[in-house]
Amino acid sequence: MLGFVIQRIIQAVVVMLVISVLVFVGVYAVGNPIDVLISPDATQLIREQTIRAYGLDQPLWKQYLDFLVRLLHGDFGRSFVYNMPVLELIFSRLPATIELTLTAVLGATILGVPLGIYAGYRPDRLLAKLIMGLSIFGFSVPTFWIGLVLIFTFAVTLGWFPAGNRGPTASLWGVEWSFLTGEGLAYLFLPALNLSLFKFAMMVRLARAGTRETMLTDTVKFARASGESEFTILTRHVLRLISIPIVTVFGLELGSTLAFAVVTETIFSWPGVGKLIIDSIATLDRPVMVAYLMLVAFLFIMINLTVDIVYVFLDPRLRHRRS
Amino acid sequence: MSDPRQADTPLSLFWNEFKSSHLALGALIAVILIITLAVLAPWITPQDPYELSKLVLMDARRPPGFVGSGGFVHWLGTDAQGRDILSAILYGLRVSIQISLTAGFIAFSLGATLGAVAAYFGGRIETLIMRIIDLQLSFPAILLALVLAALLGQGKWPLITALVTAQYAYFARTTHGAAATERSKDYIEAALSTPLSAARVVFRHILPNCLPPLIVVATVQIANAIALEATLSFLGLGLPVTEPSLGMLIANGFQYMLSGRYWISIYPGIALIVLIVAINLVGDQVRDQLNPRLKR
Repeated sequence: MLGFVIQRIIQAVVVMLVISVLVFVGVYAVGNPIDVLISPDATQLIREQTIRAYGLDQPLWKQYLDFLVRLLHGDFGRSFVYNMPVLELIFSRLPATIELTLTAVLGATILGVPLGIYAGYRPDRLLAKLIMGLSIFGFSVPTFWIGLVLIFTFAVTLGWFPAGNRGPTASLWGVEWSFLTGEGLAYLFLPALNLSLFKFAMMVRLARAGTRETMLTDTVKFARASGESEFTILTRHVLRLISIPIVTVFGLELGSTLAFAVVTETIFSWPGVGKLIIDSIATLDRPVMVAYLMLVAFLFIMINLTVDIVYVFLDPRLRHRRS
Repeated sequence: MSDPRQADTPLSLFWNEFKSSHLALGALIAVILIITLAVLAPWITPQDPYELSKLVLMDARRPPGFVGSGGFVHWLGTDAQGRDILSAILYGLRVSIQISLTAGFIAFSLGATLGAVAAYFGGRIETLIMRIIDLQLSFPAILLALVLAALLGQGKWPLITALVTAQYAYFARTTHGAAATERSKDYIEAALSTPLSAARVVFRHILPNCLPPLIVVATVQIANAIALEATLSFLGLGLPVTEPSLGMLIANGFQYMLSGRYWISIYPGIALIVLIVAINLVGDQVRDQLNPRLKR
């Protein structure tokens, strides 16, 4: 058991190292940051000073080793464009993204699971078909286009919500949050709705598929035979049985929503890390790109590691197979 | 399938069940119609949207129904360069379909081969291949594609590479699951006892029997590729401006949308969505028909 956990942690470290090499080489192979950093009419002296200051005159492997050592000290370098420590830059943008992501995933789960259970419980009803239609729509339609339609409908035509930016925030635990002010909520609404539609569709499908399969099992037959009401069966038995995949997906999706946030944040000019990475790609701000990719990779590896380990604790079959 | 008792072949039974769902049948017709229109675009559109010399700036940003200097009606309006939106959509569909089909085909071949090879050889090779694929699947496809598209730059092949990298793992995982089951069946044991080459067993015996789940994945992935391509192009990481796909058309219209000129973005978007939703509906029906757990 302990052996398995240690083995998985070592694997995770190896994967992290491999990704760091891939990211570093990949990112440093694009373009020439000198062109971005130094204006064409700068003197030769300034050019050389800048190149030396950013370590761009070193061979690639040396740059990588330096990078790795600095990484282990929590130093991701300075942004070429913003001229501030990258980690500080990313952490200053992170609350906006976390707030957006959490609102979207929570909203999608709270709405999607009950509707999905209903659609699986009465698949032939008109309402169930409507729910499924909405979910297929949310699943297929690209996030960016839904964002455009939302802006056009609710911001441009109806004028109910602002079309972009974050709006006023209030401070809690030293961090700025939108949901603490009424106007901030209005700014949060459209981007969160945009980001949540895909998750909503996914939750509906997951809950529906699980319910359809669970309704055919003996568990439900026995529960019915013992005279339990349909509502009790759905909430006490079906919900419990389908909750395992839903919780798993919830955890995994929290991570992948970060990736989708890139698109939503770009459309709504939401000042989170997603917008930051798109801007960095455009300006070839390498330290920011590297740091963002490493943080996301780290996040995903940690999520997968946790899921693997939790599964082994939960599922005795896996435990015996491993040991 | 030249069986005289056609009503009894698995394929015709499958088709009859498929036909019974009007929604899926309508979706299939829509897909075929859109592809036909896109293929025929150069012959049926009133204007070649890539012929910059033919574009008249005076016709720019006109609403749907406007009769331009070309003497024909712009049914869906014109964009900022005076391009007829309808023509641009049909040409854009061509680009989108071409790219996603190419990417889908390469991802299918690569993924199916990797998955089948892993299942056939087992042991270390299987562990290695499937580890890499599981690892890749744990990252969201859109992020991978985003990073690759940013690294490789603009253009058709960088975009296709990004799409293939983001998608082949789904095919590999599906093939591996199906192939591992087939591998342990008696007919494969029988084939292995003959002097047939490994490649022949993999490609002629194992893979054809893994096709049903692969077809479902392929349908979904083609739709995903279209959406992903549009997203990347919208973010400016896809095709160059000279060859606008649907995503690019939508991106170009975005700034005008805020001033109420909705048609530049909305109509290409509707074309994109009808195509994607239709493909997904077909895929859904095929999946339901192939899922044995719903057939009790």
